[in-house]
Amino acid sequence: MSGAAANPNSGVALKARLRYSKLGKVRFTSHRDMARIWERTLRRAGLPVAYSQGYSPRAKLAFGLALPTTFESRAEYVDFNFSTDDVDVTGFAELLTPLLPVGVTAIDAVVLRGDAVSLQQAVTSTTWLLQVEAAPEAVLSWIERVVEAPAIELTRERKGKETTDDVRPAIHALRLSEPEECSDADDSLISITAELATQPRALRPNELLSVLAPEFTFRRGRRLHQWIASDGAQLDPLSAGATQTPRAELCAS
Amino acid sequence: MWAQLEPLLDRVQKPARYIGCEDGMQIPEHHAGAVSWLLTYPDTYEIGLPNQGLQILYEILNERPDAAAERAYAPWTDLEAELRAVGLPLFSVDTHRPAPGFDIIAFNMSSELVYTNLLNCIDLAQVPVRSEDRSSEHPLIGAGGHCAYNPEPLGDFVDFYVLGDGEEAVSEINVVVNTWKQAGKPDRESVLRELSKVEGVYVPAMYVPEYDGKRLTSITPKYSDVPDTVEKRTVADLAEWPYPRNQLVPLTEVVHDRLSVEVFRGCTRGCRFCQAGMITRPVRERPAEQVRSMIQEGVRRTGYDEVALTSLSTADFSDIATVVGDTMDDETAGMGNVSVSLPSLRVDAFTVGIAADLQRGRRSGLTFAPEAGTWRMRQVINKLIREEDLYNAVESAFSQGWRRMKLYFLIGLPTETDEDTLGIAELARNCVAIGRKYTGSASVTVSVGGFTPKPFTPFQWFGQNTEVELNRKIHLLRDDVRKSKGVEMKWHDPKATIVEGINSRGDRRIGRVIQHVWEAGGKFQEWSEHFDYEKWIDAMEANGLDLEWYTYRHREENEVFPWDHLSAGLHKDFLWQDWRDSLAEVGLEDCRWTPCYDCGACTGYGIEHVVASAVPPAGGSQGTGQDLASGHEIPVTLLTRPQKSGVSA
Repeated sequence: MSGAAANPNSGVALKARLRYSKLGKVRFTSHRDMARIWERTLRRAGLPVAYSQGYSPRAKLAFGLALPTTFESRAEYVDFNFSTDDVDVTGFAELLTPLLPVGVTAIDAVVLRGDAVSLQQAVTSTTWLLQVEAAPEAVLSWIERVVEAPAIELTRERKGKETTDDVRPAIHALRLSEPEECSDADDSLISITAELATQPRALRPNELLSVLAPEFTFRRGRRLHQWIASDGAQLDPLSAGATQTPRAELCAS
Repeated sequence: MWAQLEPLLDRVQKPARYIGCEDGMQIPEHHAGAVSWLLTYPDTYEIGLPNQGLQILYEILNERPDAAAERAYAPWTDLEAELRAVGLPLFSVDTHRPAPGFDIIAFNMSSELVYTNLLNCIDLAQVPVRSEDRSSEHPLIGAGGHCAYNPEPLGDFVDFYVLGDGEEAVSEINVVVNTWKQAGKPDRESVLRELSKVEGVYVPAMYVPEYDGKRLTSITPKYSDVPDTVEKRTVADLAEWPYPRNQLVPLTEVVHDRLSVEVFRGCTRGCRFCQAGMITRPVRERPAEQVRSMIQEGVRRTGYDEVALTSLSTADFSDIATVVGDTMDDETAGMGNVSVSLPSLRVDAFTVGIAADLQRGRRSGLTFAPEAGTWRMRQVINKLIREEDLYNAVESAFSQGWRRMKLYFLIGLPTETDEDTLGIAELARNCVAIGRKYTGSASVTVSVGGFTPKPFTPFQWFGQNTEVELNRKIHLLRDDVRKSKGVEMKWHDPKATIVEGINSRGDRRIGRVIQHVWEAGGKFQEWSEHFDYEKWIDAMEANGLDLEWYTYRHREENEVFPWDHLSAGLHKDFLWQDWRDSLAEVGLEDCRWTPCYDCGACTGYGIEHVVASAVPPAGGSQGTGQDLASGHEIPVTLLTRPQKSGVSA
């Protein structure tokens, strides 16, 4: 990787994308907290992070869609920019996990294609594990009503303006969770798995749980996957952005 | 109690402040042979976590096999309500252990406005707030920090205080409490009596105050084996205490989110309003080599990209220039983009030069503390900054790219006239004029605080300005500043200054006021959205105590102070003389570089200033009245470091 002169990426010789999980007590940290934690962790690891120019140089990191505070995740992503290409991306999980707070685990990383689209723009949907306190029948009947509804009007506020949209198209999938999705979660709660669109406007888990008058209380949330739709298939962000497409986890929706 | 706590955290603001999990956190082993300490900061996590004193003791205690220390911070009002609703107590953030299970709950007390929070934390720990109502099954309540120098207002609530440096005292306390614990915690009075014999420990219950009407006449020990006077503790050589070794790195934002390295303790500038400078004498510098290694190891371990070199006046550190230079030039792992900050800038061009060397980031604002608006006033308070010093500093800063200055001032100082008050505006205007030579956007923010007299300072005799008078001065100054382009003014609520004054020099009777305010719901009083002056005034009246007498009254020479049975090493007659000198507008030089004037701090404890250089750092007049623009040899004898290796001169 020579000639790192291209303008938006000046000083960047290598890009990498990493997947990590965030489980346990650290779920109470915010998206901003995680950004600071990553900056410190990369410095501690001695990795050649590229810095922005100017008076207050900032490490060039790019995060994906913010995870709500109090949510856990098995699928968080961050893109790193390095100033040299002398970086062993395959060793990231082993190198970084011991430097991260307990509960944050680096899982896998890939070298990113130069033309990879940013996480914020590329991710098209997210799969959530949502745990609620309720009678099982109440949950089942709500799922049925949502899935079968031709349209679901939801009024939301953004930038001080109220808008009403049909959010049904944003609900790609909604069902009771499979055992393997919630094996380590609180089994006194009922687990729902929902795949929700993040584009053109994201449907948030709390918004989903407010439609069609559900009779239950939301307790815990966890992100299970993030997806990038590509030619009718869904790729996870590592496969979608990697220089070669290794062991691409293709998943028909 | 994590399982019970966790569901509550889903419902509160900023829950990350309750989870612990910091890098540097310890998970101590609690066992029957160890005294358990809950080190508690009685304010929010964001403010309390960076506190270095608490972190130092946390490490020292956890290095002992017979101690286990965890940390707690005051929960914000939303979590407090949740805890109380389900009957859960205050808890440690390390292992989420309930506070009532600890042997000792020890508080860091650094501001008078957190006093009601101390009561609230004790109550949340499910311990009776009044010492006399506790039994052996309750934790002992300890306290330390600068507010320990007038422990009387909290004397009914705190079982024991530590005066001065805690590094050595905590271990001695641990031994006493462990002996009591191993004996099955017989009666509480016995352990308090033993604690009162530990040097530097003050047990209020072992002392009886006597009054004659409003006047305090004496505070004397209840038993013959309890010392008449409690002397503060002083660590002779900072080199022996390179703590914290593993500074805590929080997962969430805190007020000072950076590595801190304490470069020296104590200050002999002799500013007469400054309690910290009086009670922490003598000056004890950390060897430059140790400072360098603490920076290097700290940066590598924490991943921080900012280091603060802390002390009461860091530009006075003998090796400041080389330490800063070495740090900035250090290209070893992790040191590449580290910036250094000096939280306490001295007012002179030399200091600005250092600041310019080390500030790699944007040069947005610099802060100086001239403290008073006229040379006359600065002589009274012994902050001997000449106008040239300030203007040179400001010129140097603007010329090197800074665009905003913040200037700190006190109002309500002894002998202050309206001319002195208006002098603040004059200084600020002149600074703006200097700045406009370099940038059209030059601006100066004047930050004004009301002065509260503190124990063990020459101003302990001074009758504080009334709330009305402070307000009048603020308005006078504000009206004058309004006319000035580029000068902005901010001020501290005078009502808060008065409440500080009640607690600062109050006697044990003020305890009833503090309890009254707390019972009326007065918590987080240092937070403007919670501060409630009326509650304090009501509480004074309800308890038949006279606000005027406690705060606004000038004290007499031989008046018995509520802290006369304590000692910070300073002779009372030295302080009185300094008070007389102050009124005569006579300055006093810095004794690091001039002959000793026997304040008592060194001679009383058989320790000495530990400084690496006989030459005061270059810059300004250094309080000597001489031009020391390039550093200046002053004929003094320097004493060697007390023992072992390190710097000697």
